This record gives sequence, C-alpha cells and structure tokens, in this order.
Amino acid sequence: MIHVENLGKFFTLHNQGGVSIPVLAGAGFSVAPGECVALTGESGAGKSTVMRILYGNYLAAPGSSVRIGGLDLTTAAPREILALRRETLGYVSQFLRVVPRVPTIDVVAEPLMALGRPEEEARARARGLLERLRIPQALWQLSPTTFSGGEQQRVNIARGFAHAYPVLLLDEPTASLDAINRETVLSLIEEAREGGAAIVGIFHDVAARQRVADREIDVSRFAPEAAA
Amino acid sequence: MTPLLDVRSLTKTYGGRIGCADVSFTLWPGEVLGIVGESGSGKSTLLGCLAGQLSPDTGEVIFDTRAEGPRDVLSMSEAERRMLGRTDWAFVHQNPRDGLRMRVSAGGNVGERLMAVGARHYGDIRADALDWLGRVEIHESRIDDRPAAFSGGMQQRLQIARNLVTGPRLVFMDEPTGGLDVSVQARLLDLIRGLVRRMGLSAIVVTHDLAVVRLLADRLMVMKDGHVIETGLTDQVLDDPQAAYTQLLVSSVLQV
Repeated sequence: MIHVENLGKFFTLHNQGGVSIPVLAGAGFSVAPGECVALTGESGAGKSTVMRILYGNYLAAPGSSVRIGGLDLTTAAPREILALRRETLGYVSQFLRVVPRVPTIDVVAEPLMALGRPEEEARARARGLLERLRIPQALWQLSPTTFSGGEQQRVNIARGFAHAYPVLLLDEPTASLDAINRETVLSLIEEAREGGAAIVGIFHDVAARQRVADREIDVSRFAPEAAA
Repeated sequence: MTPLLDVRSLTKTYGGRIGCADVSFTLWPGEVLGIVGESGSGKSTLLGCLAGQLSPDTGEVIFDTRAEGPRDVLSMSEAERRMLGRTDWAFVHQNPRDGLRMRVSAGGNVGERLMAVGARHYGDIRADALDWLGRVEIHESRIDDRPAAFSGGMQQRLQIARNLVTGPRLVFMDEPTGGLDVSVQARLLDLIRGLVRRMGLSAIVVTHDLAVVRLLADRLMVMKDGHVIETGLTDQVLDDPQAAYTQLLVSSVLQV
C-alpha cells in the first residue's frame, strides 16, 4: 500500500544564508495492508518529516519515489493528492487545526461529508466516535478551539477515524491522553489494522508501540551520513 | 473531466511596468485556489484579467461554459462576457460598497441579480432573497433595510448572498475578509467554506492573509513582481515553502 524508494529530503533556508540541511537520504520501506509500522529514532531523526512526506505535506527531494495506493506523490498533480487524502490517506496530526466556530460534531463528520456521504450517516458515525472517546455530549455543539489539550486530541482522533482510510498516518496519537482514553485509541488503531488499513505511526509511548506495531523502522538509518 | 478554467500565458503590463507576467494554471470544478503575495505583486491585476475587468496584453482564459463548452473569455463579445458575469461568475469585492448598491434594500440587492437573469415573479424573488439572507445569517427583519445601515461584516455577507443567489460556478474573491474584525472574519470564513462545499463551487481567492488561505484554499499560487514563483497544495506551500520569497512570507507571520 505504501512503497517508498530512494527517499531524500533536505531543507534549503534561503533567508538564512542559503544553508542546506540534509535530513533523509536513500530511505526505502514498504507497508502492506493490515500492517502497522512504528517509526522510531531519537528526536530530530526525521520521523515527522517522513510522515509529512507520506502525506504530501512536505516535498521529497528529486529522484525520490513515494507511492501510496498506486499514486506517486512526487509526480502527482495537487488535485490527485487531494483526492487521495479524501478517499485513501488519513492523517492524525498532533494538533487540531479547525475553522473557528464550527461545532465539534461537524469537525468530526466533515471527512465523511467530503466523500459525499449522507449528512445523517456522517453525524451518526461522528456521534459514535465522540461517545467512544468520552467527549461529553454537552460539548458536541461547541467549537473545539476552546477545549483542553486532551479533548482536542481526542476530537482530532475521532475526525481521523471517521472514514475507514486504507492508509493511516498517526503522529503521537496517544500523547496527552489519560489511561482509559489511551486504551480506546489503541483499540481504534487495532480495529483499523484488522480492517486492512496500512498504518504508519510515531509512538513515544513504548508500551503502546509494542502493542499495536507489527514492526519498527528506525529512521536514523535514513540519515544522510549513514547512507554515505 | 474538463477544467473549469484554463489560463495560458496571461500577461498584462501597464506601460513599461509588469502587472502580471506569463501566468498559467488550471482550475478544476470544486477547487478553491488561493493567490497570495504582497501589495503590488500582481494578484489583483491577475484577478481583474480573469474576471474580464481588465484586458490582458496576451494570453488565453478558457472557461468551460454551460452551453458551448470551453471558450476563450477574452475573445468573447462584451455582451457575452457580461452575461457570464451575471450567471456563471460572481465577484466578491474587498469593499462591499463596490459590490452592493447602497441605496437599494438588502432584499433588492439580492433580487436584482435574479432579475438580471430573467426572474420576474415578485413573490418568488422575495422568497429567494429571504432564503439567501438566512443562509448568510442576516435576519429576515432586515430585508427592507439598506446596506448602509449594516455593519461591515453584514455588508460583506450581503454581498456574498447577492453574488451566489444565481448559482454561479466560479467565484472570484478579492480580500474577502480584509478590513473585518477577526471574530467577524472567522464567521465569514466558516460561511464561505460551507457554501463552497455545499454548492460545489470553484473559487479563486486573492488575499495577503496566509491564515485565510490555509482554511479556504485547496491549492496556492504565490506571486511576486507579477510572476508566479511557487505553486502547490496549500499546506505543502505553507509548511515546506521552496522559494526564498515564500519562506520569507511564511516566516514573517506573527504567531498568536
């Protein structure tokens, strides 16, 4: 489902003396449907950079190949990537970014509405997820912008799991969650994996990683000096 | 699928100065394109050329018309272009006063667009106007008030209602949230996003506000000195900008 070959990434900071910072070189890995892979490596090794490249949020260096569900992100047109994100590729980031004023229930239902599902079905799914993630019903009609960090994170997860994406990227999904909510999120991940999703995650929580991940990929071996 | 708008090598100069130079892009149905750049970068000139308000020196603007398929807007007759402006296109100005008739009631402002495309039944026009005032969150008790009695945010919402009532397929917006309070901006953004989604509109939004494009636009075009210097998915351009100028633009935003 995910095939990465010869992936490189460097950042050129034009306004800071044109300095070029190499982050990844010659990276390659694949993730099959129904498999959950954890990215590991110390802070700054490039885990989030890999995730962002997989989502099309960062551009890969020339010569890289990043194929997701048959589409090569390095050559795809923006609208192809948008369609991929709508239908195939889900991403739970660490931070919730929403239009102010939009009620929580709509934030969670939005991915399904974008796919053209009936409004009632999308809301029913959203209600189910919000209940499971213990967001009090009194908050559903409010915008999540004023929620606590943990609540925002759970809304973010509910939104990420609203549609059963065949490919799911999870950046620290259990960070800032209490034990009981952490358990719910891990079950959601396990269910998605059993449902055939190819999952790539960053989990600093070692126990969580060991429980849901089938294998680990150490990103520090993609460091440019390691490849050279 | 046919692109809704296919722009090829559009150039407009003012005497010796460049307005916009060699701009090409395609816009697909349902897509929102953001155009950012500082004042004088050519974004409003480009928008004016696209919307038929300015005549470019060279280039083509091919629009997928309902009746005849793709046609070059620039080679249409003035009458044809005006008809397009009333039916398939809408233009939301930064200053609502440029897009509204200030001496006509709110209902009249909305109804006038309907009459321009042939609506004649007073009851239907008033019902449509009421429906649209509701959609842009203007209370029905204000239907007979003139826009001069409205706040800036309400005027902008009224301008949007007036523009969208005829069911256009392409909306041009020039700094739609410029000059409004932040709280009013958020409400307006939410409204525009909802309308674009529900009506399946395509839109071109010119702004210098990066937060606005992040929330509204699928794709982004960055302009500097009349040239397009970077394009891509909105979040990609903002999070991993490639051109020196875009990096400067993104890093200059104040964090709240």
